[in-house]
Amino acid sequence: MSDNTREVLRLDNLRKSYNLGQPNEIEVLHGINFNIGRNDFAALVGPSGSGKSTLLNILGLLDKPTSGELYLLGQATSGMDDATRTALRGSSIGFVFQFHHLIQAFTALENVLMPLMLTRGKPDKLALQQAHELLAAVGLATFANSKPNQLSGGQQQRVAIARALITEPALLLADEPTGNLDTRTAADVFDLFRKVNRERGCAVLLVTHDPRLSASCERTINLVDGRIESDTLNN
Amino acid sequence: MISVGVAVGVAVIVFVTALIQGLQSNIIERTLGTQAHIRLISPDEVNIVLPTAKGTLQLIQEDKRAQRLRSINNWQQISASLDQLPLLTAVSPVVSGPAFARRGEAVGSVALVGIDLARYQKIIPLKNYLIGGQLRVGAGDALIGSQLAKDLGVQVGSKLRLDTGQQNSAVVNIAGIFELGVRELDARYVYLDLKQAQSLLGLPGGVTVIDLRVADIFAAETIAGQVGRLTSLQAESWIKTNAQLMNALTAQSLSTNMIIVFVAISVAFGIASVLSVSVVQRTREIGILRATGATRQQILRIFLIQGAVFGLLGSLIGTGVSYALVWVFNRFGPGLFYIPVSSTLILVTMLLATLTGVLAAAVPSRRAAALDPVVAIRYV
Ligand SMILES: Nc1ncnc2c1ncn2[C@@H]1O[C@H](COP(=O)(O)OP(=O)(O)OP(=O)(O)O)[C@@H](O)[C@H]1O
Ligand SMILES: [Mg+2]
Repeated sequence: MSDNTREVLRLDNLRKSYNLGQPNEIEVLHGINFNIGRNDFAALVGPSGSGKSTLLNILGLLDKPTSGELYLLGQATSGMDDATRTALRGSSIGFVFQFHHLIQAFTALENVLMPLMLTRGKPDKLALQQAHELLAAVGLATFANSKPNQLSGGQQQRVAIARALITEPALLLADEPTGNLDTRTAADVFDLFRKVNRERGCAVLLVTHDPRLSASCERTINLVDGRIESDTLNN
Repeated sequence: MISVGVAVGVAVIVFVTALIQGLQSNIIERTLGTQAHIRLISPDEVNIVLPTAKGTLQLIQEDKRAQRLRSINNWQQISASLDQLPLLTAVSPVVSGPAFARRGEAVGSVALVGIDLARYQKIIPLKNYLIGGQLRVGAGDALIGSQLAKDLGVQVGSKLRLDTGQQNSAVVNIAGIFELGVRELDARYVYLDLKQAQSLLGLPGGVTVIDLRVADIFAAETIAGQVGRLTSLQAESWIKTNAQLMNALTAQSLSTNMIIVFVAISVAFGIASVLSVSVVQRTREIGILRATGATRQQILRIFLIQGAVFGLLGSLIGTGVSYALVWVFNRFGPGLFYIPVSSTLILVTMLLATLTGVLAAAVPSRRAAALDPVVAIRYV
């Protein structure tokens, strides 16, 4: 993660069609262009069905665009094979989903450590220390050994955020991370994203339906019917 | 839960295999307890037909020759050279032939068996079968079977006249009575000293049979072949003389194997179906794993290992259960025979169960690894 470029993501005329080559083929993203810089804290908004999740999955290398190019940390990603994409995803991108996707059999601490264990095997002392620090940072220092079903929804979502941060990713992608939480907890989680962005210099792109939350982001990207309708800086 | 299923399967396999092994080795042990592993006898006498001049057609009407009691040529040398063979654990020259045993009015037809007691003991441990008197032959002493003793109404210390119909007869003292547990042998066998039997049977210095014992009883047939060629005598292994028994045992093993295969198959299907359900249930978790950097191979491995763990765990429990079953059987069962549980059997079963687990996990694991992360994450 060299700092010689301020750019984390660059989208070049990105298109995505579902059911390609079939009678029900449908293009949901019609040529998307934008950049995300190192310290961006951006909200992706838009009506339901406008293609936000589709776009986020592509940005996170979970899905491939039908055409156009996606540059992640300056590297073109279209030619990469599955293993390279997986490795890049593991090292550079953190995901947070709407439903706190935790592994039920693992404790909070193990869930946080999981991305490291997947790439490096058994966690070392340093990794353990890092995980504890992250859990403390999300306010869950005392819940390290709790299983997900012993945690509230907001707490689980915070574990998921800690997990997304353990690899020190350059980009944090969140798909409606507060969609499943009450207003108060949502605000807490949102503040956590802001803190991460400020303190760790990690670019954040989050999808939200809550206008108050998107208003408190530095930047709002508005997606309508698969097109960028507006891309504005707030305040 | 599925491990319990595997455990039951493994328990059945181990118990049935151990039971059958125990049964079979018991049967074989009993059979061989009263038989030599290999018997060497003189080749049958045949008519020698002189070759005719070329171009002549020869028509022969041949009657098979009657086989008379005959000594093995050079048996001393043969016996001495067989003693050197490491494959054989015991060599015992024996002379045997028919005779009548009389006591007063009672007559019984018997088989005289002249033995070198020390050597013969290694073929058939007569000591174990002795039920009265002393284990002693020679100097006019004889050992007879329990049934014969009953038929003739004799006991230890009684005298018996042995008559071979060759103008040869002798009065012997019954030194001991044995019971081999095979009625025919117990009703007919009379063991004598080699010398006395030779003179009674009119074969001074000769023997009619060389009994052999081998270390590996299942190699008896091949060893018989080798020994037969080596000595140019006719060699009969216990496997050949008990062909029917061997057939039965083979059929039994076959059906046991069938049971094992079918149990293993159902165990495999059990594991496979449980894992398939688990893949569906964990679709979302698989999606997260993939999203956080897990490769397809890692997902594949997780489920394969899970299958292996099911198999291993199940087989651990299963062997425990079967140990208990075997113990109960040995302790409280009919007591007919003892079931051994070999560690090889347990190791092999555990290995097979683990392998079955991995194989059974193959299909669901591949499905898990092939899941599209986008679809998997959205799955509810
Ligand atoms: N796998 C798919 N196959 C076909 N069409 C799809 C698929 N996934 C999404 N779509 C379509 O693509 C469009 C965009 O979907 P997407 O989930 O990206 O919307 P979204 O903006 O995230 O909506 P929401 O705010 O409801 O989450 C929708 O019309 C949807 O029906
Ligand atoms: Mg969505």
